[in-house]
Amino acid sequence: MNWGLILSNSVYTAISANAIAYMLVATGLNVHFGYTGLLNFGQAGFAAIGAYSLSIPISRFNWPWPCAVLLVIVSAIGLALLLGFTTLRLRADYLAIVTIAVAEIIRLSLNSVRFTWLTGGNDGLQGFTSFMEKINPFPQQGIWLWKQKIDGYRLWLLVSGWVLLMVVATLVYLLMRSPWGRVLRSIREDEDAARSLGKNVFAYKLQSLMIGGAIGAIGGVWLVLDKQSSQPGDFATTFTFFSYTIIILGGVARVKGPVIGTMIFLFVIQLVDISLQQATKTTPSDPSPVLPTWLIDQNNYAQLRFMVAGFALAALVVFRPQGIFGDKREQAFDVH
Amino acid sequence: MSTDTSAVPFESVPGSQKPDAILVVDNVTRSFGGLTAVNVAHLEIPRHRITALIGPNGAGKTTLFNLLTGFDEPDTGKWKFNGLSLGGVAAHKVARRGMVRTFQLTKALSRMTILDNMRLGARDQRGESVWRGIIRPIWASQEQDITQKAEDLLERFNLAHMRDELAGSLSGGQRKLLEMARALMVEPEMVMLDEPMAGVNPALKQSLLQHIKVLRDEGRTVLFVEHDMDMVREISDWIIVMAQGEVIAEGTFEDVGSNSAVVDAYLGSHHDVDLGDHT
Ligand SMILES: Nc1ncnc2c1ncn2[C@@H]1O[C@H](COP(=O)(O)OP(=O)(O)OP(=O)(O)O)[C@@H](O)[C@H]1O
Ligand SMILES: [Mg+2]
Repeated sequence: MNWGLILSNSVYTAISANAIAYMLVATGLNVHFGYTGLLNFGQAGFAAIGAYSLSIPISRFNWPWPCAVLLVIVSAIGLALLLGFTTLRLRADYLAIVTIAVAEIIRLSLNSVRFTWLTGGNDGLQGFTSFMEKINPFPQQGIWLWKQKIDGYRLWLLVSGWVLLMVVATLVYLLMRSPWGRVLRSIREDEDAARSLGKNVFAYKLQSLMIGGAIGAIGGVWLVLDKQSSQPGDFATTFTFFSYTIIILGGVARVKGPVIGTMIFLFVIQLVDISLQQATKTTPSDPSPVLPTWLIDQNNYAQLRFMVAGFALAALVVFRPQGIFGDKREQAFDVH
Repeated sequence: MSTDTSAVPFESVPGSQKPDAILVVDNVTRSFGGLTAVNVAHLEIPRHRITALIGPNGAGKTTLFNLLTGFDEPDTGKWKFNGLSLGGVAAHKVARRGMVRTFQLTKALSRMTILDNMRLGARDQRGESVWRGIIRPIWASQEQDITQKAEDLLERFNLAHMRDELAGSLSGGQRKLLEMARALMVEPEMVMLDEPMAGVNPALKQSLLQHIKVLRDEGRTVLFVEHDMDMVREISDWIIVMAQGEVIAEGTFEDVGSNSAVVDAYLGSHHDVDLGDHT
């Protein structure tokens, strides 16, 4: 077992551009769910809209990238308005149902043969990242993070991604400590109370949906920039559920929550994954793997990693229900 | 203690007219399935007075509150607040126009501090817009004023020592106090209190009664629902009695206490209710 590689690879996974994508998507969801109490089960849809608003115009229509970036924000806000006007006046659970449905419709449409000319269907789209490569200030050969190599492009995504994330997190922090954020939290606690004090609950929910959706869309952009390919399979409902896991792990309604939550989540999964991979590996020189083949082998370790990771995460949530940064006091009144 | 009836020259009949009424209700009905919860032909609430709305359980008092404040929609009817129609006006706009209500089942914002509960109530906060919220200097000074006002009110309502606790940690009676104090942060012209005294201990009740009187003396109008007849007698200038959705009597405490329709309405459901001694 190469522990140096296992550890450095797991650490890299927890801070990589891919991790930043998760952090952004979860930060957006935190605005919805953590601060406003909106049960958005379609955050993957916002990420998908963001990813394809970048990749389609650039790959298919040769748009200059700043225009595509603008489209990312505009379409995220468009989706928020669509969801908001159809469901926000209804009972809370309707939002959950409609968002999960809309996210799936988006994913299935992107996957559909009918739109392959536009979206690339199941194979997705590539070749939209050249702008990022062009403005990359780092040398191509990249650096080594102990035993993990990071190429120049990924290093650039990592550094610029962290800067972007810090900007987003700071904005969220400033918003949430403002009276505006106070109104959001009051809506989460009891929207009728907020109404009785003269707050336009609908308008605030809509704003929350737009802001969190736009952040989620930017997360989607980072995800596909990292993969250099946008494919519908990346935006399944599991993405949304991972985001919920992440914010609950890190602490709901905490700005640091999604960041720390993502790090723990991805670190644990990657650690389990790569450890099992190494423990089941056979080489010509060493034909017997670390773990006995009757228990586990190369073909089935992948299923086990989510089980083990699931147990680890469940344990964390059981022993620290408020999450890493959550407030124990608040947990006591978690009534809805 | 007896109410000075000469100061209240309204006619003691259901739907009686009051000069300069702040709220005028016409033909408001609301039914749930087959049950008519509210059926008010005409009702006027006098300005600058404390009016009690009483009636047996299920009389429709809370439903009437919900309708008037935009939390529920009536089947028919219209009503005017300060001469402006409020029919179909959204709840938050009703509050902004100066008519603020509290809830029978309190709505404390559990995972927010008591101070934040209070500050939320203040009107026209600059920091409540997204863009201005980001920039603290724009709203910091206003926030300071709001905090000061909130602390003064908390002091008045014996909650000052709890200001940084989460509202979820308050007792039932304290929640009632917080809700009333929070409603006052809106600086309402008319306060509608749904059972403000339920669960509040007798010593505090006395001071609350004084606070409600102060509200009137500040020029506000108070309409409150209450089952505690001692309290009703002590502070009400005027009493409106509802039963089965309708206004069945109006008058001073003495008037309604001796009204046979009122006694029947109460005895129909409550044999043990004490309507007070009518001296
Ligand atoms: N949402 C609702 N759905 C169905 N019926 C309702 C609803 N709200 C109220 N009612 C009915 O309307 C009637 C009036 O209820 P309301 O709450 O207004 O009474 P109340 O006078 O406030 O009584 P209490 O003194 O017990 O608070 C009751 O019979 C109640 O069952
Ligand atoms: Mg009631």
